Amino acid sequence: MSEADQLIDVLTSEEVEAIEAEIAHLPDRESAAMEALQIVQANRGWVSDASLSAIARLLGMSAAALDSIATFYNLIFRQPVGRHVIMTCDSVSCFVMGCEKVHKAIEESLGVSPGETTEDGRYTLLPIVCLGACDRAPVIMIDDELHGDVAVEDVPAILERYP
Amino acid sequence: MSSSSKPLTERIETENGLVDLAAYQRAGGYDAARRVVTSMTPEEVQDLVKDANLRGRGGAGFPTGVKWSFVPKGDAAGPGHKYLVCNADEMEPGTFKDRYLLEYDPHLLVEGMIIGAYAIQADKAYVFMRGEYHEGFRQLSRAIDDAKAQGFLGSNVFGSDFSVDLGIHRSGGRYICGEETALLNALEGKRAQPRYKPPFPPASGAWGRPTIVNNVETLCNVPGILRHGAQWFQDLGNGDDAGTKLYGVSGRVNRPGLWELPIGTSIREIIEEHAGGMQAGYQLRGLLPGGASTDFLVEQHLDLPMDYGSIQAAGSRMGTGTMILMDDSICPVAMSVNLQHFFAQESCGFCTPCREGLPWLESLLIDIEEGRGNPGDLDVLSANASYIGAPGNTFCLHATGAMEPLNSALKYFREDFEAHIERGGCPYREGSA
Amino acid sequence: MAKISVDGVEFDAKEGENLLQAVLSAQLELPYFCWHPSLGSVGACRQCAVIQYADEEDTQGRLIMACMTPVADGMRVSLEAAHARDFRASVIEWLMENHPHDCPVCEEGGECHLQDMTVMSGHTARRYRGNKRTFENQYLGPFLNHEMNRCITCYRCVRYYQDYAGGTDLQAFGSRARMYFGREEAGVLENPFSGNLVEVCPTGVFTDKPFSKTYTRKWDLQSAPSVCAGCAVGCNTIPSERYGRLKRVHNRYNGSVNGYFLCDRGRYGFGYVNDDARIHKVGVRAADGVFDVISAEEGEEKLGDIVRDGAIGIGSPRASLESNLALKVLVGEENFCTGLSSAEDALMRLILDVYECGGARIPTLAQVEEADAVLILGEDVLNTAPRVALAVRQSVRNESLEMAEQAGIPLWQEAGVRSHGRESASPLLVASLLPTELDELATHTCNGAPESLAAAGFAIAHRLNSAYAAGEELDGPTQSFVDDAAAVLSRAKRPLVISGTSLRNDGLIKAAANIAWALKAQGCDAGLLLTAAEANSCGVGMLGGGVDLDTALRAAAAGQALVVLENDVTRRADPDLVASAFSGSTAVAVLDSLENATTESASLVLPAATFAESTGTFVNYEGRAQRFFEVFAATGETAPAWRWLSKAGARAGRNDMHWQHVDQVVEAVASHPRLVGVADAAPNGGHRNAAGNRVPRAPHRYSGRTAMNAGVNIHEPKTQVDEETPLSYSMEGAMGDQPAALTSYVWSPGWNSNQSVFKFQQEVGGAMAGGDPGVRMLDAEPAQVDFAQRYRPLQTPIGAEGDGRFKLLPTHSIFGSEELSGRSQPIAERGPQAFIVLGAAEAARLQVAEGMGVRCPELDATFAVRVEESLAEGLAVVAMGLGGLGDEVPSERVTLEPDPEFVPPTTLIARG
Ligand SMILES: Cc1cc2nc3c(=O)[nH]c(=O)nc-3n(C[C@H](O)[C@H](O)[C@H](O)COP(=O)(O)O)c2cc1C
Ligand code: SF4
Ligand code: FES
Repeated sequence: MSEADQLIDVLTSEEVEAIEAEIAHLPDRESAAMEALQIVQANRGWVSDASLSAIARLLGMSAAALDSIATFYNLIFRQPVGRHVIMTCDSVSCFVMGCEKVHKAIEESLGVSPGETTEDGRYTLLPIVCLGACDRAPVIMIDDELHGDVAVEDVPAILERYP
Repeated sequence: MSSSSKPLTERIETENGLVDLAAYQRAGGYDAARRVVTSMTPEEVQDLVKDANLRGRGGAGFPTGVKWSFVPKGDAAGPGHKYLVCNADEMEPGTFKDRYLLEYDPHLLVEGMIIGAYAIQADKAYVFMRGEYHEGFRQLSRAIDDAKAQGFLGSNVFGSDFSVDLGIHRSGGRYICGEETALLNALEGKRAQPRYKPPFPPASGAWGRPTIVNNVETLCNVPGILRHGAQWFQDLGNGDDAGTKLYGVSGRVNRPGLWELPIGTSIREIIEEHAGGMQAGYQLRGLLPGGASTDFLVEQHLDLPMDYGSIQAAGSRMGTGTMILMDDSICPVAMSVNLQHFFAQESCGFCTPCREGLPWLESLLIDIEEGRGNPGDLDVLSANASYIGAPGNTFCLHATGAMEPLNSALKYFREDFEAHIERGGCPYREGSA
Repeated sequence: MAKISVDGVEFDAKEGENLLQAVLSAQLELPYFCWHPSLGSVGACRQCAVIQYADEEDTQGRLIMACMTPVADGMRVSLEAAHARDFRASVIEWLMENHPHDCPVCEEGGECHLQDMTVMSGHTARRYRGNKRTFENQYLGPFLNHEMNRCITCYRCVRYYQDYAGGTDLQAFGSRARMYFGREEAGVLENPFSGNLVEVCPTGVFTDKPFSKTYTRKWDLQSAPSVCAGCAVGCNTIPSERYGRLKRVHNRYNGSVNGYFLCDRGRYGFGYVNDDARIHKVGVRAADGVFDVISAEEGEEKLGDIVRDGAIGIGSPRASLESNLALKVLVGEENFCTGLSSAEDALMRLILDVYECGGARIPTLAQVEEADAVLILGEDVLNTAPRVALAVRQSVRNESLEMAEQAGIPLWQEAGVRSHGRESASPLLVASLLPTELDELATHTCNGAPESLAAAGFAIAHRLNSAYAAGEELDGPTQSFVDDAAAVLSRAKRPLVISGTSLRNDGLIKAAANIAWALKAQGCDAGLLLTAAEANSCGVGMLGGGVDLDTALRAAAAGQALVVLENDVTRRADPDLVASAFSGSTAVAVLDSLENATTESASLVLPAATFAESTGTFVNYEGRAQRFFEVFAATGETAPAWRWLSKAGARAGRNDMHWQHVDQVVEAVASHPRLVGVADAAPNGGHRNAAGNRVPRAPHRYSGRTAMNAGVNIHEPKTQVDEETPLSYSMEGAMGDQPAALTSYVWSPGWNSNQSVFKFQQEVGGAMAGGDPGVRMLDAEPAQVDFAQRYRPLQTPIGAEGDGRFKLLPTHSIFGSEELSGRSQPIAERGPQAFIVLGAAEAARLQVAEGMGVRCPELDATFAVRVEESLAEGLAVVAMGLGGLGDEVPSERVTLEPDPEFVPPTTLIARG
């Protein structure tokens, strides 16, 4: 198998193309590290070791060097996540507006603690810092949708919307 | 675009939401950029922005035109690109102003960046955007595409010989990415650790090339200045500072939100008139005037104008201008735990005081809050806070910012901390505050 | 020079240098972690905080990090101000939140920079009440232990490993208070300079794995200044001993040679000293072919008998000058051979001729780092002279240093220099037989057979100056390499040409000389670095012999008696020739330290001391004579070879060989015209410090001396007296004002770790106090020769002969190719399986692919196949020293055939 084939074996040709397109805008291949991780994660939900090594090879860097970058950031997942990622803002405005109760309600209704995935693989619950919608605190984000002014009573209905 | 008193938000209000290219152009959008690129010199643009006294809206308040003038010109810049980077990372807790501009009037930012890029002769521009800002990303991407299609971006902007590419880099998510040098490392696809200054970004920034980093709101102010002139902008402000400011309030007020007001509007006016005052049953105890990394202000400061100088004189910073209110149901110790948790989590891990000191302070505060505090703990807290908090003691200003709300909480709410230690528990939890 | 006031006292300091370095150079005490003289400043740890005052009126001052602050004239600072002291104590307190209290079981204990800085900073009582964070450790291969809980996140490891040594498999992971320094997954740390992490890490995260197997505290180690026996670079080392076992090797700073860093061959290649295969008794072959043990006196007598009526003496590039000289004197110049292979001997003579012409500067490693353009012609330095490759790696940075200088960024502001200079690199041109590890840094590369590389070299010289003859026509890619090289080198101010003997091709050396000379004639400061194979190749070459190895062996075959000094000649000569020499010779006496194919065939074997049990001199590639000293006295009958030889000489009635002390032999060496200066390599045995003391081998805190042998004999043994050197076998004496060549360990009050070396330097990171050790003996004024005409191209490339047979060419592996280090277990573990490199076409013809096996019947050897597209037909490259190969490839073409039986070993490296 050629080097290119091996890559495609792990990454899809669309992923490789998308990453190459990013590289084309940058001074060197390694500079596309974050874009490449994001492209693959957008496609697969997370970045596995195999994906990480394949991306690293594509960018001409060591897997270790790429993982050093990946592990720095909050939004790159190096472990599998559920179909939906729930991010609950725990920063100061939401705190002032009583987000802890909402968080507890979510945890109880899912039966998981922050950082965990429900057994059915439907949700992963993660804490997040200020989501920049403090005028609507408490705020949570599910996948890429923002929910503001969340009250404990709203929790079941919101969760229902993500099958 | 009429000579408005709300240059940042008037179009959004008129459109009652998203301002698309057509709406933006209907309001005179891109005329300023076109005129700048086709008929002004970069120095003229810089001078105008200097004269307007536009100060950075990212928190530090550095004069924008002055910053631009640090970029080496002509041959002095050496071969290669120059960069203009918009800081749209907005992760300061309590801050929600840039999101508003990105989601509702993205062309305003695009136009500001065309002008800014021209002023420093940058051929590459990036918006460094929070990864969680999905809607902002969608709107700005569309705006960039639309502007490109019109020939406002790319090669030979407005038919001139000036060319500039504009792209979006979505952050992998870390508060420190907002610090401008960490942002540059993040933009380069590296770990977002801050860089030492000097060299300052205008001399050596992204990929080692001259770079200007400006906040979204800062750049959004630029088209208005170019359109209506420096004096107009100066006149918008109430006191020494010029222009309008996006002020925001979160917490237990009747109408939390964001308003474009003359810079220097008083805190009281913002809270009472625009935010509708405190909710029934809640009293204001303190506020962080400009995000989580600013010092608490209290009752006595309410009549201060929200401008750089006045807030600084009161021992705090205007920061992002979006204030967080602490009402009387909130335990100041618990709020300090929340704040320090944020800063400890978001430490990049590079320098010792921040990496190791902040978690210690967080755990000490948790001990106090949960009733395990010792009499000496407050001394430990304040000594550490002063070591960590002095600018220059840590590598970047992250930890410095972290200590502002703590030092001031120890100053204004000391009796709360002491009560926790004396009673071995949190009075607020006991419901007996 | 700037004047700075530190706590009211004025000091001279270098303007623009960082304040931390200046303060340490002034011999003041200021704690630090993240800074390192070779790694620059990054300001991460915040430990070096001091107070700076704006002016005389300013009593408050402000806290600054000394390492990030340039010295300016008139600067006023305080290290002692309470606020600075308190802040520094706080930094330790922060670091101690998570640092385990495991000093008693930590191998860094007693030589731990963190311990020292903790004591210095005055933090004593723990106030943090939380739990300590914990991490999983990783298996990192045979060289290093990993104990992440001890990490204080100073970032030195990754800065050294990545930025300085170019490794990519050690990284910083995570962020905030959970930073992790390790590999992506457990596995061998690949960079061949990984062992320096032991000394770079200021605490016990990376510790020396072989050392930990039989661990001893620093204060219980007996050490001596030594010189690495691993290759011709001659890095200065500190080997340490306890209970008669060599325990570890540490770097010994030499500002001109190795600086702060060794390669892993040098650090971990000493294990053979403790090997079970060591020869400790005198053996004589009985009629039944078995060795009988005889007494030392009988051994001397027998050796005397063997040489009495004349013998052939084969010297050794891994033996000291002293032992080689003793043999030379014993057998006479005309019967002495250097012990280099005949091919290498010729090349060594050529190198000496080149150097004696004086046409270009011979660079120290420090000067290699300063080169602004480097051409490597044929030599795979990473594998043959590893430390040179690390220096070349630094030279590539000069471009970005220059850019930084123009941008006003201080050169010690490491991160700024790197982020400003980005990828910009000074030119590095690599012309090599196979692609090399340095290619990733190279701006230009070209591959070819040695003859084509030499032709390229001649062509470059010709392009620089047409008086130098060009060689053959070149193919397109080679021609463009030549064009680029000529252009790049002639633009440089300090160009450097590197070549060496490893490909056994004289054209490479001649071409390299031509290029350097042509450059020099253009007026620049051109350097020429020619490496040889072994620690004393250059020395024995300078001593010279009357016969070459093949001639010597033929004389033995014809019936001459033979004395072999520390040389497994089977590695260096044709096996048939060696066999006929052994069978034809009347007697073969072998002096060596380890059993090998040569000792096996000897009629008399005498146990020779290794470098660790003897004192002697090696001459490195730059002609620098350097003395190594006995770390511990040899046990049993073992003795330095020169002593055996001198006693045998006396027995044989020679009255010119009554040498009792090594100094007498050194004097005899110095009578050789090329080696006159050799005595100056280090003070002689009579040297005493100002107070009349010797230099101790054991530190002040050496413990258990009276009881350490109680398991054998409860009576305290008499302290050994060193009759020969200025060192003592105990803690008696005094450290401090000795010449650098005598520094047996570094230690200074309050500075128990190796960081104390700055106390022994003229300025931090500069030369050792009193000058760097060693004496250079090959620096020559330009001779009255016609440089352009001296060496002319005369080679025709060898092509395939169409008979399907292969010309074998040598390549080398840092781990495994060198004889003695290859016998050290951790090195053997890292060494590759014996391999052969074939061109793609030849591999296809033989129907083999990468990873499959081929056999060579003529060599009776099997190799794993590697395929290298570019290798020409009819050529095959084999790794020396592996799979039964010695140091030479056969001159005859050989046959190769696929080996269907071949099974690649499943795991080379045991985990654990
Ligand atoms: C820890 C830290 C976080 C920051 N985060 C942001 C941010 O999210 N957005 C921003 O515009 N500026 C942020 N800043 C300020 C930037 O470093 C920089 O001053 C600003 O982007 C400059 O733009 P301006 O001159 O237009 O204000 C941050 C600074 C620090 C120290
Ligand atoms: S203060 Fe230090 S550890 Fe904290 S974010 Fe800045 S550089 Fe990183
Ligand atoms: S040595 Fe100065 S900050 Fe680390």
